[in-house]
Amino acid sequence: MSTTTPTYHALKVDAQKCIGCTHCMTSCPTEAIRIRNGLAVIEQKRCVDCGRCMRECPAKAIYAEQDDLDKIKSFKYRVVLFPSVMIGQFPEKYTEDQIYAALLKIGFTHVYEVEQPIGFLKDSIREYCRKDKTYKPHISTFCPSVVRLIQIRYPSLVDNVIPRKSPQDLGACFALEQMKKLGAKREEIGLFYVTPCIAKMSSVKSPADGEESIVDGIINMNELYNRVRKNISTAEVPDTSDQRENLTRDGILWSLTRGEAKHFGERSMAIDGIHNVIKFLERLENEEVPDLDFLELRACDQSCAGGNLLSGNRFLTAERLEHRAKRYKSSLKFKDHPIQEMAPVLKSKLISEPLKANPAFILDENREKALEKMSKMQRIICFLPGIDCGACGAPNCQALAEDMACQQAKMSDCVFLQQTWQEENKISTSKALNNMEKKWGKDRFKADCNKRGRRNEGF
Amino acid sequence: MELDFSIEGGDFTQAGQASSRVKKVLKQLGVDAKCIKSIVIALYEAEVNVVAHAYKGQIHIQIDKDKIQTLITDEGPGIPDIAMAMTEGFSTASKKVREMGFGAGMGLPNIKKNTDELKIDSVVGQSTTVSMVNYF
Ligand SMILES: Nc1ncnc2c1ncn2[C@@H]1O[C@H](COP(=O)(O)OP(=O)(O)OP(=O)(O)O)[C@@H](O)[C@H]1O
Ligand code: SF4
Ligand SMILES: [Mg+2]
Repeated sequence: MSTTTPTYHALKVDAQKCIGCTHCMTSCPTEAIRIRNGLAVIEQKRCVDCGRCMRECPAKAIYAEQDDLDKIKSFKYRVVLFPSVMIGQFPEKYTEDQIYAALLKIGFTHVYEVEQPIGFLKDSIREYCRKDKTYKPHISTFCPSVVRLIQIRYPSLVDNVIPRKSPQDLGACFALEQMKKLGAKREEIGLFYVTPCIAKMSSVKSPADGEESIVDGIINMNELYNRVRKNISTAEVPDTSDQRENLTRDGILWSLTRGEAKHFGERSMAIDGIHNVIKFLERLENEEVPDLDFLELRACDQSCAGGNLLSGNRFLTAERLEHRAKRYKSSLKFKDHPIQEMAPVLKSKLISEPLKANPAFILDENREKALEKMSKMQRIICFLPGIDCGACGAPNCQALAEDMACQQAKMSDCVFLQQTWQEENKISTSKALNNMEKKWGKDRFKADCNKRGRRNEGF
Repeated sequence: MELDFSIEGGDFTQAGQASSRVKKVLKQLGVDAKCIKSIVIALYEAEVNVVAHAYKGQIHIQIDKDKIQTLITDEGPGIPDIAMAMTEGFSTASKKVREMGFGAGMGLPNIKKNTDELKIDSVVGQSTTVSMVNYF
């Protein structure tokens, strides 16, 4: 049932910066983080790249690996492919023309917005939903974080996920085909995808269906935003609107909440925020929901407007996009548009392999051993205080009990148990302190006015 | 391994607690997803029946390496005609319960469909006992 190739995860912990403060650990929706030796450790198998930990980290110690922007220089044609949501985060005073001009100034030769060919994807999803009656409700593949969540935690729902590629895969194919039409050879083209989130970064590097990605580099949207802000001006710039002639209203709104859901099925639902998504998937798995046709599930609040590599307020971003969308035509108006010539090439590329389950919460592959561990966990939990303090390096008492049963943690990791043992003279005070130092690092016990919560840091 | 829960009659907000917990445990044991689904559906329906029709109840679950046995006992009105209660669409649910979206008379048939063994005993005016077994 499990896939063999390990999935790539973009999130990394910077050991120099991490202060082992537990914020990331308690925020992780899949309980993938533990503190070991005073540092946060991400269990790769459980990570869904939602980036909650990165958002919560007060030390900015959690980061995403990324490609160097200078990498673009080695290509003759330097194509930037960004999702429309990027435009939304700029202050209103900058026009689309000015943003495009700044991108060219930075060194790109061609600018594409991911959602230009969205009409093809829309048609393809619609066709699939109409034909398949077995796996309802159909779940969108749009948000890679949600797709991974389903793979590891809701294996019974993998067949509900629509086997279609995501907009950035389609956008990348589209941009390449267009460039080739202009006479560029594949090796001359450097295609750079600008990602709004960690999840898309990981999924572009290792797609969930195991296929290879076609982009040449991935750019962190934050980084590009900074570059553009440095290079943009409010001065008059050339009109670049012809480069956006394929862009539709549906495309611009696609990555916002209800951007997909409104197009499909009689009864569709859109849920944003990973904790909301989890609550709903639990119900869906128990069949405690009515007959729904289509589900749009997104890890971020306000969907991609709240992407973890965007700057700016998510509500303002969404508002600017909605405002922008009004100026563009619906994809229905594109029936006779020249873009339709691309249909034969793009349509086949939209289909993806069926999703495989990859359950990550099994205690042991051997059922008997798993049962043993489970019973052990139940015995252990009776001795833990049940206040989920996190001082053991696990997100809650239940998780610690699980770690203990799997021999990933010791009984003495619980500060309450350890205290009791000292009282009962089962463990010496110096040994107890030693245990704590091992878990949290010696520095935790030193007086230091620059620690987190330091002077001047409060309200 | 054993799990125990108690159910309060009339408290619909709490229905589903046992089935959610059991689901998590079965996932950790690596039980097949489809099998988990059946178990969870059956257990949920049985929980709701206690909430909807009885005063209070107990759930006792025994999980072994090849099966899960569930025993749900309640104090309540009991079921006078079990065969009739098992037919699709039969329900004595009150108007209030119907308004909450329950009472279609599909619970027991659904439990039957989703379990490998099902036994219902009842003493009218006193109690109902539902015993279910699912093999992994
Ligand atoms: N635990 C119980 N105690 C007393 N009566 C019960 C109990 N469980 C079921 N019954 C009786 O059997 C009938 C059928 O139960 P069943 O679960 O099939 O339908 P329902 O609960 O009425 O509606 P639904 O389950 O579709 O919401 C109930 O209406 C009730 O009269
Ligand atoms: S909602 Fe959008 S930005 Fe957030 S993780 Fe999903 S795809 Fe990325
Ligand atoms: Mg019922």
